[in-house]
Amino acid sequence: MERRLARERGMSLVEKLAAVSWPFVALLCALAAVGYAMLYSAAGGSAEPWAFRHGLRFGFGLLLLVGIALVDIRIILRLAWPLYALGIGLLVLVALHGEVGKGAQRWLDLGGFQLQPSELMKILLVHALAAWFHRASVERIGNPFFLVPPLIATAIPFVLVLKQPNLGTALITLMVACSVFFAAGVRWWKFALGGVGMAIAAPLAYEGLHDYQRQRILTFLDPWSDPLGAGYHIIQSKIALGSGGLFGRGWLQGTQGQLNFLPEKQTDFIFTMLAEEWGFVGAISVMALNLCIVLYGLAIGLACRHQFGRLVATGISVNFFLYVFVNIAMVMGMIPVGGVPLPLISHGGSATLTVLIGFGVLMSVHVHRSVEIEAEDDH
Amino acid sequence: MKRERTRRTLFTRRVLLLGVGKIALTGALGVRLYQLQVVESERYALLAEENRISVRLLPPPRGRVLDRFGEPIAANRQNWRALLVAERSDDIAATLTNLAQIVPISESERARIEREIRRRRRFVPVMVRDFLSWDEMVRLEVNAPDLPGIVTDVGTHRVYPGGEAFAHVVGYVAPPAQADLDGDPMLELPGIRVGRAGLERAHDRVLRGRAGTVQLEVNVVGRVIRELGREEGAAGHDVTTTLDAGLQRKVAERIASDSAAAVVLDVRNGEVLAMASSPSFDPSVFDSGVSAAQWREWTTNRRAPLTNKAIAGLYAPGSTFKMVVALAALEARAVTPGERIVCTGVTELGDAKFHCWRKGGHGALDMREAIKQSCDCYFYEVARRTGIDRIAAMANRFGLGVPLAIELPGARPGLIPTRAWKQATLGKPWALGETLVHGIGQGYTQTTPLSLAVMTARMVNGGRAVEPHLTRAIGGQLVRGHRAEDWPSLDIPQAHLRLMREAMDGVVNERQGTAWASRLPPEAGARMGGKTGTTQVRRITLAERERGLKRQQDLPYEWRHHALFVGYAPTDQPIYACAVIIEHGGGGAAAAAPVARDILFETLARDPARRPTPPAPSLQIAEAYRGSGEGRR
Repeated sequence: MERRLARERGMSLVEKLAAVSWPFVALLCALAAVGYAMLYSAAGGSAEPWAFRHGLRFGFGLLLLVGIALVDIRIILRLAWPLYALGIGLLVLVALHGEVGKGAQRWLDLGGFQLQPSELMKILLVHALAAWFHRASVERIGNPFFLVPPLIATAIPFVLVLKQPNLGTALITLMVACSVFFAAGVRWWKFALGGVGMAIAAPLAYEGLHDYQRQRILTFLDPWSDPLGAGYHIIQSKIALGSGGLFGRGWLQGTQGQLNFLPEKQTDFIFTMLAEEWGFVGAISVMALNLCIVLYGLAIGLACRHQFGRLVATGISVNFFLYVFVNIAMVMGMIPVGGVPLPLISHGGSATLTVLIGFGVLMSVHVHRSVEIEAEDDH
Repeated sequence: MKRERTRRTLFTRRVLLLGVGKIALTGALGVRLYQLQVVESERYALLAEENRISVRLLPPPRGRVLDRFGEPIAANRQNWRALLVAERSDDIAATLTNLAQIVPISESERARIEREIRRRRRFVPVMVRDFLSWDEMVRLEVNAPDLPGIVTDVGTHRVYPGGEAFAHVVGYVAPPAQADLDGDPMLELPGIRVGRAGLERAHDRVLRGRAGTVQLEVNVVGRVIRELGREEGAAGHDVTTTLDAGLQRKVAERIASDSAAAVVLDVRNGEVLAMASSPSFDPSVFDSGVSAAQWREWTTNRRAPLTNKAIAGLYAPGSTFKMVVALAALEARAVTPGERIVCTGVTELGDAKFHCWRKGGHGALDMREAIKQSCDCYFYEVARRTGIDRIAAMANRFGLGVPLAIELPGARPGLIPTRAWKQATLGKPWALGETLVHGIGQGYTQTTPLSLAVMTARMVNGGRAVEPHLTRAIGGQLVRGHRAEDWPSLDIPQAHLRLMREAMDGVVNERQGTAWASRLPPEAGARMGGKTGTTQVRRITLAERERGLKRQQDLPYEWRHHALFVGYAPTDQPIYACAVIIEHGGGGAAAAAPVARDILFETLARDPARRPTPPAPSLQIAEAYRGSGEGRR
């Protein structure tokens, strides 16, 4: 066994490349291909203006993914906190200088390339938390004071993103952090305590919401109250889903999407269009594809021999799952509309890139699953 | 090692739980999807498989902009368009070829049409040509049998009957940009326009109106089967301005050959009767799109045709500022009206020399004479005694260096410097010599033609702080108090104001006055008063002064002085105030005063402020407009 470890410490680049999980990459490619097809259809049967750029971005992201996969996981561990600090810096920067998009300061313009630091922050937070719990024994996790620093590390980006204001991403950030706490072994009753606290705080938080956010929640409760205004999206989305039926209307044949009844069909509502054109069968297949990717990610975590890699893999997989879940639940009218894209399918650079960066780290965990990282510290 | 094993076991258990949770949640989504797509698909059967109800927005007609007598300055005209419905033609190429014989279609145009036909469904009309003339329309209709698939319809587009003369005030409309989207769903309609500049922008919400909706039954491929019902929107309100269109045209015409601006106000209530800036542009071209070449020409032109110089052009006021200095000095009791100050042609302060415009000096002058002859040395002395901060405070009371209530976007307040301002901006203390320079309206002082007109109006209307405004009524409702009593008093003794009026009267109507040559002719039936101003664009060097000053005409255009004039009429009971600036015109007396005289002559002849205005734009007009263009795009 020691000989095997020694060999892995000295893996060459070619060996590392061979160790990347190519079936996983193939799953991602399949998803991106679905995205290409849908964006082609959303443009009325044209690669312009969305599909071609989507393909280009995915190709670039894929190179990035492979590049990150080759980085030694120990380097990533060492960089976890500095990168976290960088992410917080970007969030502060965007609060001060960001482009105002749809009434919120979310974007940072880096010379023609727009970056949404709140997306990147979720990945960086996962790293920081994983690095923290990596050194912790089960007993230490039982100590409530040990949980204070990671809770603060979670609260800072949560509040910054909430202030942007971007309620959806803030809540997802919180849930991703929770999943890492959970996987690290924090006790059940502590989550229950946190949940009760949130339930008490929720009415107060509602008071602090922006008007447009309240409107979303109210519309969600009764979409037909304002069929041409705020409820329009959800109603049109449901009609489109219903008109898809079991087998769909066929590619490029969806009436709701093609006739522009469906708003933002190339971004948030692309799943609706997919479900209309490819029917229940197509939609459930795409959902299954997404689930495969999530479970694959969790499995990579299970196979990993160090706690850092396990926790990182869990956090990244949960993050991806939440994108998919929130987006699909949103277009079906199950939760309020929140501007969350369907990763690798929706048009939009920031989400595609962050998801692929995250998966790059996941691949690094996979490639370096057997490396030895200094043992947990037992002080 | 054992610890590690318990930790790993715990992790495995938790992650398996997470995995199961995710499968369950995805399953829940799947069940919901099944419900919507398969089980409840029955509920959508009518909508999806047979005919569906589609709700569409109807853009209301945009409100008009009218002058004070109801003459349209911005209106809507019908836009005749030819469209091609591919499915109604067996041979699209032949149709287009036949069409090209009636209305010219360029190769690139034709390529665009064919591309759009390929991309759209065959029943969706594709635009072939818009802005067809009536003549072309008729020929299209007559030749209809040879043009299968061609249909015509009518939309509206914005026209500006006044053209260039009104461009800076009325502004223009253009398709909405990303930044204009303010949540009004109407802005997402094709063909909609939003105000981009001037009053079109300032009153955009009012002019825009509220969109109506129409419920249509649409079949599976989106073809309209029938109309189920409609809810009428509200047409945009007409905005009645304070402008007199006839006067505006005359003023614009008078300054058209120069780079210049002119404003005419009603001194009693601040109504803007005319506001022109030259050179100008054609506001209607923005509707259909400005060519890159045209845009480049506008933005690189040194005479800045897109800028409304009347509200955004900044100029040192020069000698037109002297009344403000005089009033500040009187209030501070730094000088009495009768005190005579000797002008030798130069004032010395330490080592510096400050020159009067008249080389030999004016001799001893009292205040009235000093304003009349525009003596610089008199005002160097008076400014020195009064101090810059008192002068600045008085200037602010007269509307200089402060934001004015004018509705137009892009209006600039100008700048009246104070000691504190210089310390804060330049980090240097104020120098006494600067007070002298600012006493004759030079130095850092910057004003707009509009603010100079406001200054003049407040000076001759008995000291009331009228604010300039362009809006008289919205949708027939008068919006502002147009009586003099609506405006607060500036608390300046009437005797001081009377002295200023008399001095300005002297400037024009006495032989030694600087604008004697520009007095109104007897047929005007009234006299005008005013004040000339000439401001240096460039400092005159000592060497140049010694060599002897060149005449303005001999200097390059960019080096020539700006010429200013502020005036009012009639002198016995002032109603109109006017400010004129001619960029690089040479001298105020020579270049600006004759223009102001012609403008005030025209104003007195038309007398817009005392001519009755219609009570309100009649309801009939509004109704007639509602009928046209609606729902047809």
